Amino acid sequence: MTTSPLTELGLPAMRSGTEQVPAADGPQTSKEFTSDQEVRWCPGCGDYAVLKAVQSFLPDLGLRRENIVFVSGIGCSSRFPYYLDTYGMHSIHGRAPTIATGIATAREDLSVWVVTGDGDALSIGGNHLIHTLRRNVNMTILLFNNRIYGLTKGQYSPTSETGKVTKSTPMGSLDHPFNPVSLALGAEATFVARTIDSDRKHLTAVLAAAAAHRGTSLVEIYQNCPIFNDGAFDAIKSPETKADALIPLVHGEPVTFGATLEDGPSAGKGAKCLVRDEATGGVKIAATADVAATDIVVHDAHSADPTLAFAISRLTDSGYLNTSPIGIFRQVERPTYDDQAREQVATSRSGVSDNDTADQSARLAALIGGGDTWTIL
Amino acid sequence: MSGSAKQVKQLDRVIIRFAGDSGDGMQLTGDRFTQETAAFGNDLVTLPNFPAEIRAPQGTLPGVSSFQVHFADHDILTAGDAPDVLVAMNPAALRANLGDLHKGATIIVDTHDFTARNLTKAGYQENPLEGDSLDAYALHTVDLTGMTIEAVKEFGLSRKDASRAKNMFALGLLSWMYGRPTDPTTSFLAKRFAKVPDIRDANVAAFKAGWNFGETTEAFAVQYEIKPAVMPPGTYRNITGNLALAYGLVAGSVQSGLPLFLGTYPITPASDILHELSKHKSFGVTTFQAEDEIAGVGAAIGASYAGHLGVTSTSGPGVALKSEAIGLAVMTELPLVVVDVQRGGPSTGLPTKTEQADLLQAMFGRNGEAPVPIVAPQSPGDCFAAAVEATRIAVTYRTPVLLLSDGYLANGSEPWRVPIVDELPVIDPDFATEKNHGSGDGAEFWPYLRDEATLARPWAIPGTPGLEHRIGGLEKGDGHGNISYDPANHDFMVRTRQAKVDRIADTIPLIEVDDPSGEAKVLVIGWGSTYGPIGAGVRRVRKAGYQVAQAHLRHLNPFPSNLGEVLKRYDKVLVPEMNLGQLSLLLRGKYLVDAVGYNHVRGLPLKATELAHAIGELVGQAEGIDIELGVWGEPTQKEHI
Repeated sequence: MTTSPLTELGLPAMRSGTEQVPAADGPQTSKEFTSDQEVRWCPGCGDYAVLKAVQSFLPDLGLRRENIVFVSGIGCSSRFPYYLDTYGMHSIHGRAPTIATGIATAREDLSVWVVTGDGDALSIGGNHLIHTLRRNVNMTILLFNNRIYGLTKGQYSPTSETGKVTKSTPMGSLDHPFNPVSLALGAEATFVARTIDSDRKHLTAVLAAAAAHRGTSLVEIYQNCPIFNDGAFDAIKSPETKADALIPLVHGEPVTFGATLEDGPSAGKGAKCLVRDEATGGVKIAATADVAATDIVVHDAHSADPTLAFAISRLTDSGYLNTSPIGIFRQVERPTYDDQAREQVATSRSGVSDNDTADQSARLAALIGGGDTWTIL
Repeated sequence: MSGSAKQVKQLDRVIIRFAGDSGDGMQLTGDRFTQETAAFGNDLVTLPNFPAEIRAPQGTLPGVSSFQVHFADHDILTAGDAPDVLVAMNPAALRANLGDLHKGATIIVDTHDFTARNLTKAGYQENPLEGDSLDAYALHTVDLTGMTIEAVKEFGLSRKDASRAKNMFALGLLSWMYGRPTDPTTSFLAKRFAKVPDIRDANVAAFKAGWNFGETTEAFAVQYEIKPAVMPPGTYRNITGNLALAYGLVAGSVQSGLPLFLGTYPITPASDILHELSKHKSFGVTTFQAEDEIAGVGAAIGASYAGHLGVTSTSGPGVALKSEAIGLAVMTELPLVVVDVQRGGPSTGLPTKTEQADLLQAMFGRNGEAPVPIVAPQSPGDCFAAAVEATRIAVTYRTPVLLLSDGYLANGSEPWRVPIVDELPVIDPDFATEKNHGSGDGAEFWPYLRDEATLARPWAIPGTPGLEHRIGGLEKGDGHGNISYDPANHDFMVRTRQAKVDRIADTIPLIEVDDPSGEAKVLVIGWGSTYGPIGAGVRRVRKAGYQVAQAHLRHLNPFPSNLGEVLKRYDKVLVPEMNLGQLSLLLRGKYLVDAVGYNHVRGLPLKATELAHAIGELVGQAEGIDIELGVWGEPTQKEHI
């Protein structure tokens, strides 16, 4: 886990996202996390890469398998839980965050994961997503964004670019798309990141940070649908274009990208960088050679104010994706809903035995026999 | 404050209705009179009736709020059809309620608000207190507000604040008239207004002034006495349906050892269940006020999956929103209690009024074959036992259960004999802890391998090693629980889920028929809150000398196993309901019985008198005789009115 800003301020660090989840007895293998069910996504689907990454990552998490729960909604990605040998529920369209909220609030000893897609999380389930984020329930949400509806065979989604020609929009879609990262930041999510299905290393690092975060972690994963939206993320994946398209975000580092400068005062940095835009209050892309080193935006994921993170998120193309920031946009600490809900119950139960049934019965009798009573002999 | 020199008359029962503007505190007044009456030992039933608007325009008909209390020296079943006494705090309250009174009823009017402006607002062309239009009633015109202001002037309140104590003056007057104990109300006021001594003292002073006015004025010549009712031994308290239901859920949690998790969204008339449960965290209760109805039930399902007692509470519109999630609970076979406090529909309908028109929604309101057990309480106090029973079924059979209360039960109250905790059923969650299929290294956990008796599947909660498994909305293969599209498997699983619900009939009581002579040809059968009016209607018919049988359903799905046989015993079956015939449809469809409906959807409980006539008519047809109900079919005439 990255250093806590509270620790830096000399305040006690918040607990890790998995602090109360029992640790595994010994080393685990990815095979132990693989269920016996045949994986049924289309050949070439980005979901395979994410599944492999998660199956490889879970042993590193070091938690007991029976204390991990994956919950999904409906859509291609929502088949995910069936392929992991943990506890899991494949629920109904858009509602996975609600079910995960119940699980996470009921049980502090579980590591709770939600697997969802752009249609599931942002269309039918948009309301649940924003409210889960603002409450900060301890769970990690993996939002597979392929910018299309796959399972219903190719209609445009809430992240599709305007003008998208699909089966349901032969003359082009009319809706302006959501930017999931901007949406999550607007909902004051405490952990917001974006990564790519094909970059196993980055994906795994983000998963680790997300799991360690106590609160709701939203991880948008750009995921290619080879059948209905092939190549949607080619610009940031292709070796020829990626340097200019992908804006890497690393906490504490100046944000630069593009071809590496060979010489000059900014040698070693990318040829492009982010600077504050005085005119809009946002950020804009500049040539690194043209600006003072001190003017380059230094990424601060731990800033309590989400304004700069939001400004950076706006550099994501809403049309075809030619440019996109990738990394952890925001990671701040805020008390979680579930911890506080359990705390209220625990405070109310102070002095009450958890296992004394006679005591429970006596207290129940006192409750129902309270108020103004009278006795008839 | 006792010892009156005035004449005292004995009555066996009285129906009083307090009516005023929604800001006049009529619900509080009625509630206090009820508490005094409960403490005195009368049997009682109450009927609060208020508008959906929090503050409807003052002085208008839509703004009228009322509280009816029926109390007696014997056991009674309803809040009464027609008030014997109406307390009207303004012209609108008089106009809105006059039609419900029988001739001769007593009317006590606060004259203070009978101004030209208020009369116009209420739609009166002329002041009804001045003409002869109220000659058929025993009218008492009293300046309640004026006397209240006079009584509290020493406390230096503003005129507006002073006049607000008028409801306590009215309560004091009525308390004197019916010999109610005053201590409960004075201590209540002391507690309620402890932080504002002036307001506290003013209210107590107004209450006492009302009592003293009754005792001294010549306008009220008679005091009435209604002796305490004879009730079975036990400890009693007065309780509303929502409170009893909340307590029943806590009891279900204690008796099953499962922490209660309520996922819900505020909705009239169910919100008080959330309010109440949020106070009981010391019982391990978690209440989650979700962003919407769907999130409420979703979180409850998640909590159940995690090994808690998942509950969601709502009204009809909320059930509509939750229906897909309830289907998920049917498919995943997880315990879940869905509380539906029914109100007038469709759509937003009549939010503060009662109805029982969600039966078919509860029964069939989901996609696919999705059977859900249904339990319905029959009185406010019975909401407790019904909630415990719903919990028992949900946990034992791993199924969502619909608990159908209604607005009348929710807000109405009655004396309730507090149950003995040791006599409540013990509910065994019976969590799975071991693999259940194969042996040795090949042993596996099969989440859909069923209990032979109940057909319930094992409930393995996360954290249980070796039992990792996946469930979900897709059809699962019998036993192993993996996704299955096999046609024969789906057919089998659909039938098995139905069979599981049908088997609940093995553990519910047979329906009991109240047929004293055993010679009745007509059976009256109902469900839910119509128990009171049906019982009262049946009593009237019997008092007039005729035979009629009565039965009441607590379990609507599955029905008790002897129901078909019971229905076939009678020539005629009458089904009174506050809907257009939903139970009738189920009975006709399942048992091929020619059930006759008696249906009203007025947002109010059925009236016993009207029901008595409907029953009488059917008895007449069945026996081939003319029926004369006489006084028993009419509103009871009190000797004093």
